Amino acid sequence: MTEKTVEKDEQSRGKAVEKTDLVTLTIDGVEVSVPKDTLVIRAAEQIGVQVPRFCDHPLLAPVGACRQCLVDIPDAGNGRGFPKPQASCTLPVAEGMVVNTQVTSPVADKAQQGVMELLLINHPLDCPVCDKGGECPLQNQAMSNGRGESRFSDERNRGVKRTFPKPINLSPMVLLDRERCIVCQRCTRFADEIAGDPFIALVERGAQQQIGIAEDAPFLSYFSGNVIQICPVGALTSEQYRFRSRPFDLVSTPGVAEHDACGSAIRIDHRRGKVVRRQAGDDPAVNEEWITDKDRFAFAYAQADDRLTYPQVRDEDGFLRPASWPEAFVVAARGLAAAKAAGGVGVLTGGRLTVEDAYAYSKFARVALGTNDIDFRSRPLSAEETAFLASHVVLTGPADPVNRAVTYDDLESAAKVVLVGLEPEDEAGAVFLRLRKSVLAGGTEVVAVAPYTTRGLEKLSARLVPTAPGDEAAALAGLAGELGADTVLLVGERLATVPGALSTAASVAAASGARLAWVPRRAGDRGAIEAGCLPNLLPGGRPVADAGARVDVATAWGTASLPEAEGRDADAIVAALVAGELGGLVVAGIDPDDTADPAATRAAIDAAGFVVSFELRRSEVTDVADVVFPVAPTSEKSGTFVNWEGRVRSWEAALHQPSSLPELRALSGIAEELARLGQGAPLGFRTVAEVRAEMGQLGPWDGERTAAAPAVAGPVARDAGAFALSTWKLMLDNGTMQDGDKYLKATARTPVALVTPDVYDAHGPTVTITGDRGSVTLPAEIADDLVEGVVWVPASSVGNGVLADLASPGSHVTITGAEGVHG
Amino acid sequence: MSTLTPVLTDTWDAEQGWKLETYAARGGYSSLDVAFAMSPDDVITAVKDSGLRGRGGAGFPTGMKWSFIPQDNPKPKYLVVNADESEPGTCKDIPLMMGNPHVLVEGVIVSSYAIRANKAFIYIRGEVVHVIRRVQAAVAEAYAAGHLGKDIHGSGYDLDVVVHAGAGAYICGEETALLEGLEGRRGQPRLRPPFPAVAGLYASPTVINNVESIASVPAIVSNGAAWFASMGTEKSKGHGIFSLSGHVQRPGQYEAPLGITLRELLDLAGGVREGHQLKFWTPGGSSTPLLTAEHLDVPLDFEGVGGVGSMLGTRALQVFDETVCVVRAVLRWTEFYKHESCGKCTPCREGTWWLVQALTRLEHGQGSEDDLDQLLDQCDNILGRSFCALGDGATSPISSSIQHFRDEYLAHLSHGGCPFDPARSTAWAGQEVSA
Repeated sequence: MTEKTVEKDEQSRGKAVEKTDLVTLTIDGVEVSVPKDTLVIRAAEQIGVQVPRFCDHPLLAPVGACRQCLVDIPDAGNGRGFPKPQASCTLPVAEGMVVNTQVTSPVADKAQQGVMELLLINHPLDCPVCDKGGECPLQNQAMSNGRGESRFSDERNRGVKRTFPKPINLSPMVLLDRERCIVCQRCTRFADEIAGDPFIALVERGAQQQIGIAEDAPFLSYFSGNVIQICPVGALTSEQYRFRSRPFDLVSTPGVAEHDACGSAIRIDHRRGKVVRRQAGDDPAVNEEWITDKDRFAFAYAQADDRLTYPQVRDEDGFLRPASWPEAFVVAARGLAAAKAAGGVGVLTGGRLTVEDAYAYSKFARVALGTNDIDFRSRPLSAEETAFLASHVVLTGPADPVNRAVTYDDLESAAKVVLVGLEPEDEAGAVFLRLRKSVLAGGTEVVAVAPYTTRGLEKLSARLVPTAPGDEAAALAGLAGELGADTVLLVGERLATVPGALSTAASVAAASGARLAWVPRRAGDRGAIEAGCLPNLLPGGRPVADAGARVDVATAWGTASLPEAEGRDADAIVAALVAGELGGLVVAGIDPDDTADPAATRAAIDAAGFVVSFELRRSEVTDVADVVFPVAPTSEKSGTFVNWEGRVRSWEAALHQPSSLPELRALSGIAEELARLGQGAPLGFRTVAEVRAEMGQLGPWDGERTAAAPAVAGPVARDAGAFALSTWKLMLDNGTMQDGDKYLKATARTPVALVTPDVYDAHGPTVTITGDRGSVTLPAEIADDLVEGVVWVPASSVGNGVLADLASPGSHVTITGAEGVHG
Repeated sequence: MSTLTPVLTDTWDAEQGWKLETYAARGGYSSLDVAFAMSPDDVITAVKDSGLRGRGGAGFPTGMKWSFIPQDNPKPKYLVVNADESEPGTCKDIPLMMGNPHVLVEGVIVSSYAIRANKAFIYIRGEVVHVIRRVQAAVAEAYAAGHLGKDIHGSGYDLDVVVHAGAGAYICGEETALLEGLEGRRGQPRLRPPFPAVAGLYASPTVINNVESIASVPAIVSNGAAWFASMGTEKSKGHGIFSLSGHVQRPGQYEAPLGITLRELLDLAGGVREGHQLKFWTPGGSSTPLLTAEHLDVPLDFEGVGGVGSMLGTRALQVFDETVCVVRAVLRWTEFYKHESCGKCTPCREGTWWLVQALTRLEHGQGSEDDLDQLLDQCDNILGRSFCALGDGATSPISSSIQHFRDEYLAHLSHGGCPFDPARSTAWAGQEVSA
């Protein structure tokens, strides 16, 4: 599976270099042919000449502000030259053009040195204390293309530099040292052109010109950190990294972001075993050069004080005590063997696993525990979804010619993208940015089946198909007529609980030729499906129900047979534990409050005769588990995520902590002990490399996929006076993986309940929403086009979250005014 | 010797010359019916044939500019009048709009008709509230009289005119910065291409012309291209307003054929200040390189002034006599450019900051002759390296003054400061001042 998709990856990259109209020009005496409309500055790169630049950025519109990239054009292609040096970042190539850069033209060289000298006259000489020092384009290019000595501040001239009080906060996270700024406008252009959050702008003029915010509108953007990274000087810094390190003390390791299913490339900068900063990686096929603030700033959770660093076992006195790894393996194996005898063991893996770890759980369940009772879904789910994942999601990949899986590039080329049950700005940042790029380029229309026009949808100029939660299937069916082969249908995981929605999506896509993709929220979701962490799927997309598929896997694993019946899904595992039908539970990285019924999940964990917990940090699950294994965070192990496209995103460990082991190692240890007890067989691997090799050997299923389940849409009945609860998680909320950075937290959106104008008028600025699990009181805000009879609340921004405190999504709630709270 | 040719300034001396009644009594708005009887393309041809060149300084042929408007573009076309007159020394559009606003309105109607625009904007410098009010009143009068609005003079042609007040930035006289300002954005010049003729105001085809250019159109249409072309010189046709200011006996606006010389204009203006001699002058505002007494007989047309290394610009003739310290004058101008630099590009933003400091030191007599060469090198690093012409303009007075008055700069250094008494150059020099 891994190798195949890697190959696909390379193909899709190659595809980008299409034959276009070529223009031939001469740069520094070297003839070069580049595609039409290429800018001179980039044509020069083709012959290995780097023209110095600041405002230029390949992903931003040209502005020509800094004037650093001036070159001499003795012939513009029409036999006539430009009398003055030209900015190569704004000038497109022309056939027969002659360009002389600083390499061959004294005029260009002097012009560049002159601009550099001017840039430096008001720039402070605080490089020794500046965060950018050592990785600063201004510093570097001043050395390569500047004068050794300034004529502005020499003994004779003693020029006076402009200064500002410093720094100022553009947001709780982003700081601006104005005197360092060279007003290249990269940040303002990013905010405006890419993120769509133009809360920073130029103010004042002349040498006083600076970046500023309006008094009441800080730079609150989910993508704000990108401006720090693209700032060519040290003007923009983050509260998180400011004064923490010098670039030359850092070791940089490429990685993959673990906060959503986008598979964004990141760079992990660490020093002495600690991550101090994360930057966006450059991957044109995936996240281009941008990442969300969550991907950038949320990493302190892995270094939190409550991080588990050693295995623990529960003693006879009922307390957890530290244990050695071998002892923990033995205790876990004995307990699981007993639980197996007492009805069986369920496995809940959560959505955070690497593919390699997910594969280990999948194999562990089948080989060591002899069960298909395994599910990665630690959130509301349905049997319809289980079938949909097997029939429409698993095994699809970027260049799979059969299934034509949707890619980021496809989002750009699609004429129409329909979003159902997915709020990309909150749930898949890189998807949002790519959609916005596509919309701004004028090629794509975004249509959203959603309860109201969110800020994110507004920035996509999306057409809203106003839909109450639960009515998505009908809304989709209503859209069937306008779908076609140039349409992409993106469905979110929230549709799992809407009866008929996923099957309707599949059927309207099939009927219209539209291309369908499922976008989950968590980084490990898609990989868990591929690895077989589902009751109906074995690794490589092999259906449990298919005898040939079982034989395939059993042969590869060298076992006589595999459990034949499809297993229990997460909800059924919980129910079976509560009912005493299952004797034990292996649980990894699950917060009961994320599950469909938090109370039931807690009851199930309590009811389980034996619980083995794999966790990064102490949690309410580890507090009640019988054996607790610490797990390595993504920075401390090699691994792979499969993103929503089905693209394989592997990385190698950035940090090497001897005590930090991937779950597959612990699982293999337990399996070996179980085998000694006569239960199952060893897993046959102990390292990530061995798992990768085994997965490669096994490969993907090439037999029949399971057929799609028939649509089971039913009419949604609503009690009179009740409201349908719409909810999803904001990008920045109370998620535990955002713990440890108060500045990031401060940039989160204020939790509010969104109501229709009528409801606001009736109940005032603060409302109490009551469901079958409790009440939540929130400030209310009006969403103008919110569907009548719907209320929206953020899923995990207050209390224990909506599922624990209020009701399940789509269910009925009531609203009352809450004057008592705010007078 | 050339004589004055009052066309635009003709009604300035009339009682309430700014009123529609006065203007109409002298034949105002009669060019509308002439124009409406012609096809728009014929109006463009007439303006082309007249040889009218842009009066805002650059001298681009007006008719040719109009013909660049792609008429097959389905977007609306716009006429924008650049009335953001802010150049130090330039004072022709503002008195014209005060004295004869209707000739501008009439020109706007005929010009808009020619380029097939149904909406025109007059962007007036924000500080001159009295002028804004006067043009607004003129537009209102024109609407009331049926010269603006729907179906003008029964021609079927519609035109609306918006008088827009700027917010006080010199850069907004740069046409693309003006468009940004008009659209409600920060006034900074735009990247070109696309040129305004293709994608200007609201990304639609737009003609931007100076007040005086547009105001010259009615007479061309009424009197014919040949009449206009009979004035001026071979490549610089027609009449223009020459604004004399500074040390002259009778400063003011003198409308004369292009090609007149400063000597002739000074004769008309009663000469240089009594008892003093001409030292230096600007032909077209502070952004045009300085000239001296040796250039008194240079014909003031685009070619003549260009031939002596300067530019005709806006015909803003600032006259300085021998009491003026050229270093001091140039420093004041440079301070203006520093204050008005929009900040978009490095050479202008940082360069003007540095130029002021360098000139200040020189004015105080600090430094050596090397610093003059360094100053010239700074100018060389700004001129032609900036985003727009503001940076270029900032260097003009410096390089030209060093060229003509290098010794005076050096005198500051040897004198240990300015050898001039600034009081002697004031208008009240020599007068008794009682406490």
